[in-house]
Amino acid sequence: MQSGKIAEIWTLLGTVPDPEIPAISVVELGVIRDVKFLNNEFIISVTPTYSGCPAVKTFQDDIKTQLNQNKIHNFKIEIVYKPAWTTDWMSNETKEKLRKYGISPPEKFAQCPQCSSTSIELISEFGATACKSLYKCKDCLEPFEHFKCI
Amino acid sequence: MKDLEKYTLRIADTSLILAQRLSEWCSNGPTLEEDIALSNISLDLFGQANGLLDYVSKLNGEKSADEIAFKRNERQFYNLQICEQENGHFGDTIIRQFLCDSYFKLFYSSLANSKDEILSAIANKSLKEVEYHLRHSSNWVIRLGDGTKESNQKIQTSLNQIWKFTGEFFEMDELDNIMLKKNIGVDNNNLKEEWDLIVNKTLKQAKLTRPNDGYMMNGSKQGLHTEYLGKILAQMQYLPRAYPDAKW
Ligand SMILES: [Zn+2]
Repeated sequence: MQSGKIAEIWTLLGTVPDPEIPAISVVELGVIRDVKFLNNEFIISVTPTYSGCPAVKTFQDDIKTQLNQNKIHNFKIEIVYKPAWTTDWMSNETKEKLRKYGISPPEKFAQCPQCSSTSIELISEFGATACKSLYKCKDCLEPFEHFKCI
Repeated sequence: MKDLEKYTLRIADTSLILAQRLSEWCSNGPTLEEDIALSNISLDLFGQANGLLDYVSKLNGEKSADEIAFKRNERQFYNLQICEQENGHFGDTIIRQFLCDSYFKLFYSSLANSKDEILSAIANKSLKEVEYHLRHSSNWVIRLGDGTKESNQKIQTSLNQIWKFTGEFFEMDELDNIMLKKNIGVDNNNLKEEWDLIVNKTLKQAKLTRPNDGYMMNGSKQGLHTEYLGKILAQMQYLPRAYPDAKW
């Protein structure tokens, strides 16, 4: 039975940070879809956030390093496209971590992560990464990023 | 080449060449925000092309996705000719992007129903992205068209010049018909009506005049291209061809 090992892999994956937003892990981001054991190896199914997200390559390397360091070598990372990644997979706890990190989490309406104001202005639909857009708070005047809902 | 492989390659090439074209805006955008926006859109398209080329590679069984992207010549590329057209000024790029985004939205909506599971999955994923791109390009078309007299004239000229490349969106050749019959491919003719609705609505809001459907360019399905594709490939393929073992 490999279920103990599978649980261990999930725990280890939970310690791999998102390369762009280190406040949350790749598990919290929702990109790890499945871990299973097949033909003597573990298959880790990963889905990209956005098709062209450059972080996908980085976190695959990070996952490999983390598992190798913990003496797990018989695994393969497999990219899956279905179901397409959605921000709905993020838990409220994860959203709270984003807010504390200074990013307005993926909720229908952006909100200033500094002062909680909803009086805000869209600066750009595209932020520093594909998953975020750029806003400015009209109350505290701080610019901030909003995690887009997709 | 197998039918499904060639069909997928056409879709991949369209994303790849448009992505490469858009990437030329990186560090040259009119504002920082637009620089980031165009680069992000380019990245999404590269990502879509990557997923599709991985599938082409799997169907091919011999060549890797990189080999397919970097080791083919002009006549072996099947991207729609509109994608290879020059960036010109910002308005030229925005109009080209708007017309393509409108098409992508409808094409991927339809491909999402494909009987081929991988094409359907990639289409579903891409659809979310191109809808966002379309929102961006439509807003700019309206802002430039309904802006100053000069911006209106400039983008109207951009529209008139690129229009002859929009006919290719709706063409059906033998391969398209075969794939349609197998419930894998898209009925391109069928996209026209809704595309007209999307485009007409935005052009009207932008106070732009829709050009007449005159002579339409075609030939990309046979690997025929305008003079620009060769130059794009020269830049895109130089490094992997000159240094075949280079890693980056
Ligand atoms: Zn604020």
